[in-house]
Amino acid sequence: MPGSPIGNLHAVTLLAVGGASALSSADGPTCYSRLTNDWICAQYVKDFRPELQQATIEHLQITALAVLLGVLIAFPMALVARRYARLESSILGIATGIYTIPSLALLPLMVPFTGLSKTTVVIALALYALTILVRAILEGLRGVPDEVVEAARGLGYGPTRLLFRVELPLALPVIMAGLRVATVSTVALTTIGSLVAYGGLGNLIKDGVNSNFRAELFTASLLCVVIAVLLDVVIVLTQRAMTPWARGVRA
Amino acid sequence: MNVLSDAWTYLTTSANWSGDQGMLHLLLQQLLLTATALAIALLVGLPIALWLGHLGRGGFLAINVSNIGRAIPTFALLAIFVTADFPGTGEFGPYGRAGLATLFALALFALPPLITNAYVAVLEVPAEIKQAADGMGMTGFQKFWRVELPLALPLIMSGARLALVQVWATATIAALVAGPGLGRVITDGFFRTNYGKGIAGAIVVGLVALMLELLAAGGQRLATPAGIGGSSSKRDPKGEPGMSAAPPTVAASAGAAGTQ
Repeated sequence: MPGSPIGNLHAVTLLAVGGASALSSADGPTCYSRLTNDWICAQYVKDFRPELQQATIEHLQITALAVLLGVLIAFPMALVARRYARLESSILGIATGIYTIPSLALLPLMVPFTGLSKTTVVIALALYALTILVRAILEGLRGVPDEVVEAARGLGYGPTRLLFRVELPLALPVIMAGLRVATVSTVALTTIGSLVAYGGLGNLIKDGVNSNFRAELFTASLLCVVIAVLLDVVIVLTQRAMTPWARGVRA
Repeated sequence: MNVLSDAWTYLTTSANWSGDQGMLHLLLQQLLLTATALAIALLVGLPIALWLGHLGRGGFLAINVSNIGRAIPTFALLAIFVTADFPGTGEFGPYGRAGLATLFALALFALPPLITNAYVAVLEVPAEIKQAADGMGMTGFQKFWRVELPLALPLIMSGARLALVQVWATATIAALVAGPGLGRVITDGFFRTNYGKGIAGAIVVGLVALMLELLAAGGQRLATPAGIGGSSSKRDPKGEPGMSAAPPTVAASAGAAGTQ
């Protein structure tokens, strides 16, 4: 219940200003009251836990869906670009073109078609993730040594099996590096979704600015960075688990 | 599409371009904002990055500043600046309301791509060339100024180009905190469900972004010293290692920071 703490807060503040020192210390003016308005406030985190949790979950959902959609679109695009050399420059050109569209401009452009929904944010973010991912996948596949591909062909691997059993695993480090960049930027970009009211923690940041609520603003910002770093670590660990052969070399 | 014709009408109505809240004023405001933020970032970031690259030290710092910068949402940074006592939301000359906060946020945002690219550019100048400069008796500064900098320039410029377009695009976010720039046209049209206006603003921002990108690409080409470009690579298509003074191109992935 985000509403009730605010009501209490104002009552508490008024009492405190009136010099009511009889107030028990546990109920004293919180660090997020209008008068103190601290940036860092543990009491805020405690009182607004449900709201913070909900925003964090929404943030994670949007980020995950966007990156997933980005991978799903980027993968075939990269394969096409690799297969048909003539299309490559135009595919990379489109990717760069998307990148120069400001996010604040892309969202309103899509609203007439997809409405004020989570879909709008997810598609917009997926487009940005896509531009990084196409490059990474293409670069990764290109880095696979020719000898290895030839050896696999000699062993009777067809194109599909060659791609999934030989080329992709070898391209994984480069692809994962791109995935890290895409994920971390998507986490940060999700905050812009607050324009259409689906920005996860961005909604809290926006609300924090509009109501000059520093604890809310700072906590949400901090959580964004924490999520980005955590997801980055998760991807690195996944990559280590998926490429067991790379571990022995480095050690 | 009805919305698109609305956008066209908005764009072609001259009243929307003139005046204090007109698009022309906002466009100039945002250009000024972008240029100043980039200039600040260049003045602060380039000397440090170039010096570190020349010494070949501090790579950890130069690379990680980019990674950390990517994780911090510019919107959050802007929100914190606007809400803080300093720089706050006051008027700041031609930059408009919340101008100083936006300027700081954008300058910080421009730093990572600049620093990473400039550092890598100087660092990756081939070791043989650096040794040759040493062997010719060049001092550290001469080596930097006459050998490393010219060879690193294309990559430094590509970092600046990336930063320019990103800062321009990101400057629209200022509107979310009632700041200056064209973003206000977008948010305004958006919140009043005048989608035509919002899309008109988005089109203008996108077109200018494209123009800046082309302009910067031209500048980058001009900054490439004669002899580094295509002619030498034509002579030896195999590219004998150590013989051609081709500029390093490795940092393509390092430079891919996020637009926001």
